Parts: sequence; C-alpha cells; structure tokens
Amino acid sequence: MPKAHTTKPLALPAVSPRLLATAAGFTGIMLLLAYLVAFDQGAISQSGMYLHELMHDGRHLLGVPCH
Amino acid sequence: MPLTHGTPRYIQLLLRGLLAGLIAGLLAGAFAYIAGEPHVNAAIAIEQAAAPAGEPGEEPLVERDIQSTVGLLLATGLYGAALGGILATAYTVLRRRLRTGSDTTAALGLAAAALTGIVVVPYLKYPPNPPAVGNPDTIDQRTAAYLAVLVLGLVAVWAGVLAARTQTHQWRRAAAGTAGFLTVVAIAYTLLPTFDEVPDDFPATLLWNFRISSLGTQVVLWTTLGLTYAGLLNQLADTLTRTGRPEPATTP
Repeated sequence: MPKAHTTKPLALPAVSPRLLATAAGFTGIMLLLAYLVAFDQGAISQSGMYLHELMHDGRHLLGVPCH
Repeated sequence: MPLTHGTPRYIQLLLRGLLAGLIAGLLAGAFAYIAGEPHVNAAIAIEQAAAPAGEPGEEPLVERDIQSTVGLLLATGLYGAALGGILATAYTVLRRRLRTGSDTTAALGLAAAALTGIVVVPYLKYPPNPPAVGNPDTIDQRTAAYLAVLVLGLVAVWAGVLAARTQTHQWRRAAAGTAGFLTVVAIAYTLLPTFDEVPDDFPATLLWNFRISSLGTQVVLWTTLGLTYAGLLNQLADTLTRTGRPEPATTP
C-alpha cells in the first residue's frame, strides 16, 4: 500500500486585533457580494432589476428563494 | 511587523480562497447549466402556459439565452468567489482552533462544515423551488426564514463540534457531536415556519429533478472549493518551506 505523503503544514497564521479588523472588513465585502447575487433587487447594484434578472437562473439553482 | 519564518499572511490565504471559490463557482455553474437548465426551462414553460391567455408578456429585461448562460455563470462565479473569500477568512481566524496538523484536513473540514450548515440543513427545511412554484406574496417571509435557517445551520455545526469536544473517548465524541448537532437542527426546524406552495398540478418528477440538480450544484461548488483550497494551501506551504519566507519578499 502506498504510504500517504503529507506536505509540511503551514505555520499557524498570527491572529492579532489588527488582522481580525481586516478580516471583518473583507468578510463584510464578501457578504455584500453574496447578497448581490442572492437577494439584491437593485438597491446595492444600482442597476435597477438588470443584475437581478441576469442572475435569475443562478439564484434558483443555488437554492435561494426567488419568487 | 516581524514575520515568523514562513508564516502565511492573510492576503496570501485570502487570494487563494477567492481563486478556489471562482473556480468552484464556475464549475458549479457548468454543472447547473447541464443538469439544471433543462428543468428551469421546463418550469418556465409551465409558468408561461399558466399566464392569462391573450395578455402580451412583458418585454423581458434579460433574454432567456443570456440568463441561462452568462447570467448563470456570473451568479455562481461571484457567489463561489465570495464564499471562497469567507472560507479563507474562517481558515485564517479559526486555524488554531481546528486542532489538526494537516492543512488538507482543516480546509476540507471547514468546507464540509459549510456544506452541512448552509446547504444541507437549509435544503431539507426549505427545498429550492423552480420558477412557477412559490407564492410571490410570501417572498419576504421565505427570504427571512431562509436566512434564519442558514445561520441556525452553522450554529448546529458549531454546537456539534463543541459537544464532541466535551468528550475524550472517540465513540462518545461522535455520539455527543451528533446529538449536539441534531438538537439544534430539531429546535430550528420546529420553530421556523413551513411553506407549502407547490401548485397541485405541478409535475412531481420535474420538481424532484430540479431540486436534485440544485443540490448537485451546491455539492459541486463546496467539494471543488474544499479540494482546490486545500491544494492551494499545500502549494503555498511548499513555497514557504522552500524559500523560508512569504512569497512577495518583504525582507531584504
């Protein structure tokens, strides 16, 4: 049986208050992006219903309630 | 700030998460196009047949051909990238608490937790519906309930992990973890409202096929995201081990 090969793991990322603040900021941006795909009806995208309609099928197939 | 030899920086972990998420999203979109679009089209045909005859349909804002191709890939690609970024952030912040020496186990574990918490738990309470199913009057309640079940799904996974960690014996850990998870899921399912809005004459096989293709889309997304992210972490570990410093040189 072949022996499992393991890569030497990464050093643990240092978690500082500054990192947590940055991480929270990026998480906010990511959530906004996910919101744009899943729920936005023009309020965020400022494109009227265009982006909402464009991503209609993706919303259905990702399992988000649509209409 | 002095960097420990070879410690990954958040930006390195984040960019890999975004890339893995984009790849996973596009692959999930390709799967959805092949496995799901025929059912979406069949459901739209039913929706249009049910529309009052003689009324000219509204001019569509986006053509169907665009919705089912570019629009679909844009939606799954953006959604995948966003969740890849969140996965990478969770990895960075929670890495120490995952109690594993393997980056592969850590990445796959987080992806499995997400698949369980924000896909499987919500799916079983609120299975996705194709066009022509669903009452527009309840969309706000259904959206709020869906968001609530996403959060409760993650809480359930977290409760399972916490419960498992109260035990030392391996079987007891598994049993406690299962019990913790199921307790939260049972409470959530009981408290959240139920919606039954499938029209009586909607074809059962079409509904089933659509729902399975939707589940498949999410499973493709999360398995690809977990595996790709784990692979990129291994590649980063190799790079950092070889050079002994973070990728873009920050020290002279």
